[in-house]
Amino acid sequence: MSEKLIYELSKRGKIGIDVPALDVPDVDIEKIIPSNIIRKSDVRLPEVSEVDVVRHFTALSRINYGVDSGFYPLGSCTMKYNPKVNEDIARMDDLVELHPYQEEEDVQGSLSLLWEARKYLLEVTGMDEMTFQPAAGAHGELTGTLIARKYFEVKGEKRSTIVVPDSAHGTNPASAAMAGFKVVEVKSDRDGCVDIEELKKVVNEDVAMLMLTNPNTLGLFELHIEEMAEIIHSVGGLLYYDGANLNAIMGVSRPGDMHFDIVHLNLHKTFSTPHGGGGPGGGAICVKDFLKDYLPSPVLSEANGNYYWNYDVPHTIGRIRAFYGQYNVVLKALAYIKRMGGKGLKEASELAVLNANYLKEKLKEYYELPYDRVCKHEFVLSGEKHKKEYGVSTLDIAKMLLDYGVHPPTIYFPLIVHEAIMIEPNETETKETLDRFIDIMKEIDEISKREPERVKNAPYNTPVRRLDNVKAAREPVLKWEG
Amino acid sequence: MYPYLPVTEEDRREMLKEIGVSSIGELFSDIPEKFRLRRDLEIPEAKSELDIRRDFESAASRNNSLKGKASFLGAGAYRHYIPSVVNHMVSRSEFYTAYTPYQPEISQGTLISIFEFQTHVANIFGMDVANASMYDGGSATAEAALLALRMNRGKGRVAVSHTLHPEYIDTVKTYLHGQGYEVIEIPAQGGMVDVDALERIMTEDTVGVIIQSPNFLGVVEDIPLISEVVHKVKNASLIVAVSEPMAYGILEAPGSLGADIVAAELQSFGLPLNYGGPYVGVIAAKEKYLRRMPGRLVGMTEDVDGNRGFVLTLQAREQHIKRAKATSNICSNEGLCALTVSVYLSLVGKEGLKAIAYQNFAKAQYFISALKGKSVEVLSDRVFNEFAFKPSLPVKELNGRLKRKGIVGGLDLGRFYPEYDGYMLVAITELTRKEDIDNFLSAIEEV
Amino acid sequence: MKRYAKTHEWIEVEDSKGKVGITDFAQKELGDIVFVELPEVGDEVTKGESFGTIESVKAASDLYAPASGKVVEVNTAVVDEPQLVNEDPEGKGWMIVIELSDPSELDDLMTEEEYRESIKEE
Repeated sequence: MSEKLIYELSKRGKIGIDVPALDVPDVDIEKIIPSNIIRKSDVRLPEVSEVDVVRHFTALSRINYGVDSGFYPLGSCTMKYNPKVNEDIARMDDLVELHPYQEEEDVQGSLSLLWEARKYLLEVTGMDEMTFQPAAGAHGELTGTLIARKYFEVKGEKRSTIVVPDSAHGTNPASAAMAGFKVVEVKSDRDGCVDIEELKKVVNEDVAMLMLTNPNTLGLFELHIEEMAEIIHSVGGLLYYDGANLNAIMGVSRPGDMHFDIVHLNLHKTFSTPHGGGGPGGGAICVKDFLKDYLPSPVLSEANGNYYWNYDVPHTIGRIRAFYGQYNVVLKALAYIKRMGGKGLKEASELAVLNANYLKEKLKEYYELPYDRVCKHEFVLSGEKHKKEYGVSTLDIAKMLLDYGVHPPTIYFPLIVHEAIMIEPNETETKETLDRFIDIMKEIDEISKREPERVKNAPYNTPVRRLDNVKAAREPVLKWEG
Repeated sequence: MYPYLPVTEEDRREMLKEIGVSSIGELFSDIPEKFRLRRDLEIPEAKSELDIRRDFESAASRNNSLKGKASFLGAGAYRHYIPSVVNHMVSRSEFYTAYTPYQPEISQGTLISIFEFQTHVANIFGMDVANASMYDGGSATAEAALLALRMNRGKGRVAVSHTLHPEYIDTVKTYLHGQGYEVIEIPAQGGMVDVDALERIMTEDTVGVIIQSPNFLGVVEDIPLISEVVHKVKNASLIVAVSEPMAYGILEAPGSLGADIVAAELQSFGLPLNYGGPYVGVIAAKEKYLRRMPGRLVGMTEDVDGNRGFVLTLQAREQHIKRAKATSNICSNEGLCALTVSVYLSLVGKEGLKAIAYQNFAKAQYFISALKGKSVEVLSDRVFNEFAFKPSLPVKELNGRLKRKGIVGGLDLGRFYPEYDGYMLVAITELTRKEDIDNFLSAIEEV
Repeated sequence: MKRYAKTHEWIEVEDSKGKVGITDFAQKELGDIVFVELPEVGDEVTKGESFGTIESVKAASDLYAPASGKVVEVNTAVVDEPQLVNEDPEGKGWMIVIELSDPSELDDLMTEEEYRESIKEE
């Protein structure tokens, strides 16, 4: 039984709100606006009652799965628990009912909160200046690549390439391309790290920036990070840190200390703000001092205890969006940091790494582990063996997990591992949850051996079963025609 | 014991044993010593829930929020009434703690609500397709410009109206500069696009033209006339940016007037002001733009049992597949914000949108008539819910008077438009009461 | 004669015209094709450069011209029914016909034998 759409509940005459009586005289719109620009027919929107709306969205929520529903070991996404006090704080009227163009003197409270968040994030990353303008990680990456472009423009140097590892998240090369750069991929070595010899081959004076994440997308710490920093800096290039995996090293190590010049953060990953079914995220870009003049304008500043937006950013790349950033998301991240404290953040990273290594050690008995070394907060298994021996793919394993009430890990990423299964348990999960996951994965391994067909046709107990992606793409139906 | 860290001491010992190390520190031994932080983070000690609430309440009390006040600020962020149901629905944690619906079997809730969102948006703007949302109106406009260029094999230049939101113009320039594209400005005349100037600008390589309607000055542009001029160039796309979508409850859809693409900010549909973010943008367009559109798309299909279901589709365009050649680098949309819009539009529905829009319009006209009655210069009355006027005293002074009356006045237009120095830009919504407008008027009269 | 490019396009040449499509290996790699975008009749294509795109559910690829010339025919059938490329990639799933501007460009393309060898290694 599939859920009805709101349009299918629509009936003439129903309405979900009441509109108060008009307290000013009626106006004939035809006298003000030319008739050809006035709407001739009403907008095709549903006509439903308040009860219809409530039942509809309640029903939809019940065929959805969030962190509050269960384990969500999505590698690279850091699906940690979203604290409820953060939600309450982010709803305080005097924090929410602020217009972006109000006088600065009227929003000092909020500006002081942003300033506090800035301070803590600079401390965690070991960087010098930052902006909250980016709306998400990828938006931050674009900001970073645009800063690189402007930096070399101002220097009078023509550089047209950005280097990314072959294990990089797709947003890295996409962001580089959007800033007008060519992308060169550098291979990883057998240990899962960027191959230094290969890196030396591709880095030259045409390279503007090397984009890395550390630990990398295999969950492995880049052992040669110092040498890599040396290689890119020796040709005058910049070193960029994709902060998606910051949850592995808070309080343990800092990108700023590892010689990174630009860092982006994912507040919705590392700092517990909710993923929202796909957003809103919270990006932030942190830079070393020598790049602060390139940040998107305005930059939050402080003088004599007074907070203000500084529009005097000499080489700003310009704006990447209207207004200041994902303010409400930043409030939640700040609440999280204050609640955890410095030592708490470190412990969070330590436990994230403990949980991941525990799962890795237990699961390698049943699934191929391409890189058998200490991992950080996530690790990658391969379903290649299951595919070859039983005809069961990583996709099938993921679909089988759905029937157990567990969200599957990230699959088919990073691209350098065939049939990749990227698992990130994060620190907010109990040992009981982890042990249950181990049991489930063990069972799926056994079923793959005995009854591969059962795995290949999973799931069976979800609101809908496997969906026809080919039909969806060949005959796109992207809105309700009724 | 820290909050949100449920692994006990005993658990840790057991796990370390299974892993075969004696301490957690060993799991970090591959990090070179020189990069190990050998001090604590300089971040204060953990605080309790109660203490952080107090901290935030204290900060909140140092704001002069709009709560309980009349406000006339608009300029791209509008204060509308948010029905109670909205927050209750989006506070359901199955929605807000969920990830992107990459596993559709257990994400039909998110997917259906986004499919509905796409439908609402396409219908409001008269377009064939809308995506699952973008970050905000400004970045959506910039991405729309890139879309227009992509339709022309990446060649050409883009023209933007002088009356497009200044922060959107800035964003468009930032994005386009990245790939070396030229952006030129179309002059305005009388608060609207100067169509003669536009005609001169429309060279064969002007493949994208961006206007806004209602524009930053509140004025409703002549989309049909502009469309005629723009489409004289075969490959040109007319992009209509929208920062106050409520207008389309009573104005004709841009798609029916010749627009090819709409790049909109949908904050007005159920999102609080939140000091500028998070908001929610969207791109809606005609069919031919589909394969090159940025952003996520939810499509309808069937499962193996023949049941209707929804999935993210046409993902081959996106960064996780196409990487450097993707239509955009965008990964997140504004998920929960799009859901908020979906709930809001379901509640207000066809009749509600029309009624609310009409109220906005009527109240703005009331204000305008009153000002004209006092011989105050109004830039244009051909507006939806926002307009500019020139008070007889400096804008700053007028805002001071209004503040003393507990009213938040409008924007000093001189901040963005030197030619309109001395003008104030005010927005009126269904929340603005007649007495608020009357109080505003009397503040102007004050001696 | 038929020749093959490293990028898995084939070109079947008769007189001065070359019919172009993708190989069976390529369609298998891509999976179910959902969309094909082709140039228009009259467009110029250049050897080694993209002349269109082909999308499946899990991948999107450029189509590379094995030789330069002018497009004189376009197989709109694959645009309407992309699954033709999966069903019959070297027959009904053909894509464009090019009027070759420089037949010598075919010299460094692979023969069927050579192509078969090369994909064995992949």
